[in-house]
Amino acid sequence: MLEIRDLTVMRDGKPIVKNINLTIGKREVHIILGINGSGKTTLAHAIMGIYPSQGKIIFEGEDITNLPIWERARRGITLAFQEPARFEGLTVKEYLMLSSPEKNMSVLKEAVKTVGLPYNILFQEIGDNLSGGERKRIELASVLLMKPKLAILDEPDSGIDILSFSLISDVILKMKEMGSSVILITHSEEMINIGDKATIICGGKIVKSGDSKEIKKLFKYSPCPLKG
Amino acid sequence: MEEIIKKEYETLVKYYEASGGNSGALLSTEYASMIINGDRVLAKNSTRGIKIITRRIKDGVSAQIVIKRGYKSKNPVHLCFGMLPREGRQVIRTKIIAEESSEAKFIAHCIFPNAVKIEHVMDSRVFVGKNAKVEYEETHYHGKTGGVRVLPKTRAIVAEGGEYNSSFVIKSGRAGFINIDYEVKLDERAKSMLVSKIYGKEDDEIIAKESIILNGPHSSGVVKTRMALKNNAKSKVIGKTIGIGEYSRGHVDCTEIIMDNAKAEASPVVMAVNPRAKVTHEAAIGSVDKKQLITLMTRGLTEEQAIDIIVQGLLK
Repeated sequence: MLEIRDLTVMRDGKPIVKNINLTIGKREVHIILGINGSGKTTLAHAIMGIYPSQGKIIFEGEDITNLPIWERARRGITLAFQEPARFEGLTVKEYLMLSSPEKNMSVLKEAVKTVGLPYNILFQEIGDNLSGGERKRIELASVLLMKPKLAILDEPDSGIDILSFSLISDVILKMKEMGSSVILITHSEEMINIGDKATIICGGKIVKSGDSKEIKKLFKYSPCPLKG
Repeated sequence: MEEIIKKEYETLVKYYEASGGNSGALLSTEYASMIINGDRVLAKNSTRGIKIITRRIKDGVSAQIVIKRGYKSKNPVHLCFGMLPREGRQVIRTKIIAEESSEAKFIAHCIFPNAVKIEHVMDSRVFVGKNAKVEYEETHYHGKTGGVRVLPKTRAIVAEGGEYNSSFVIKSGRAGFINIDYEVKLDERAKSMLVSKIYGKEDDEIIAKESIILNGPHSSGVVKTRMALKNNAKSKVIGKTIGIGEYSRGHVDCTEIIMDNAKAEASPVVMAVNPRAKVTHEAAIGSVDKKQLITLMTRGLTEEQAIDIIVQGLLK
């Protein structure tokens, strides 16, 4: 599904992600672990095309390295931001309509229900009136509605109460069921458990990739072995 | 002559509907309404609680609209001011009197679809009586050439416990040259919100000077401006609020998005002459928010489509 070859991302003249090689299979939930500043978000943004990169990104056999964000999105890749944007004047309904191929209310209602939000939130503006947690769930609903081939979720669990963790896990598993692959950036142990595979990134490099249970153990005792 | 008026009337109603107006209401006797083309009143309708009197003046029409004491209008008052020719000048002088405890909402459309060189002067006096409420929503459509000069001026006085809210909106077509000059004076516990939302393009020039004077104790007001400017459009926004009455509260809020070679200048003015008054402001001018833009692009929208959604949201 996705193959990343020798990916390097420079920011302000410094390499933030260095020679990353990674493969994500179909219907695979792949966890990306790493301490703050390790390059997880930069990697996610590079896959989405937000940051330019060197190396190759192959998606379903096609080289998408030089494609703009929206063309990658139209090929089935999308990303949920760690800190979702506020949109003055745009209601949740209007925002979700943008990602939904079926422009119908019952589908939107179902999506907000799946992410644990009440129906009437659809009529609210995506502004300061909504909490960070609510905006994150809306972001998740938006990704769900797109039925992407590859969803990149950047810490969907941060700033959300512990009780909601299982709800987010369920959403991710639902995406997998629907046929999506998921790249999940997280710090939460509970979330790591739903992964098929996992990768630890440290100092912009891959330290270890493999079965998520094994990687979880390693990460717990040595989150950034490169730093000693 | 009657045939000409009928044709003008039908044409204006067609444009009125195209610019978002409810033509059904304009034609219904249950709604107070008025349609003016140039200096001619093509139609008007008073209702039980709302009386409209008009007279012709040089280059235009003078209208007095009275909302009777205690009358709370369920239906909005529909106003349509237009000029169908390519050139000309239109002067509209209105006096709106909302008597004590009355309520009415005005939906006004100013339409100059064929404008090449048109000047539209709007001079409005509004008197909102004790505990009365007036809302005035004004949507403009100036055509595609930008050959319009619009000079709207309002002086409103709001009595104790009264409320006056107005909005001035141009979302589609060209803005041309606009010079908004609004001032509202508030008595005790009176409230006001002045909103302007304008999309400027090409060489449009927009000046918006809106002031709320908080004379009365516990009065409150907000001046809110949202503008999007592209190409070589220019704007100058002066939002002003003056806290005079005890515990009066005022806020000036201006956000502008600029693209291409557009230029924006915002000067929020907050003054207080009473230590118990509180007046605040916020102003932001910048390019399209990058995070919003990228988020929409991750949903498959092109950059142009995403900018359009963001701008339309800002101006909504």
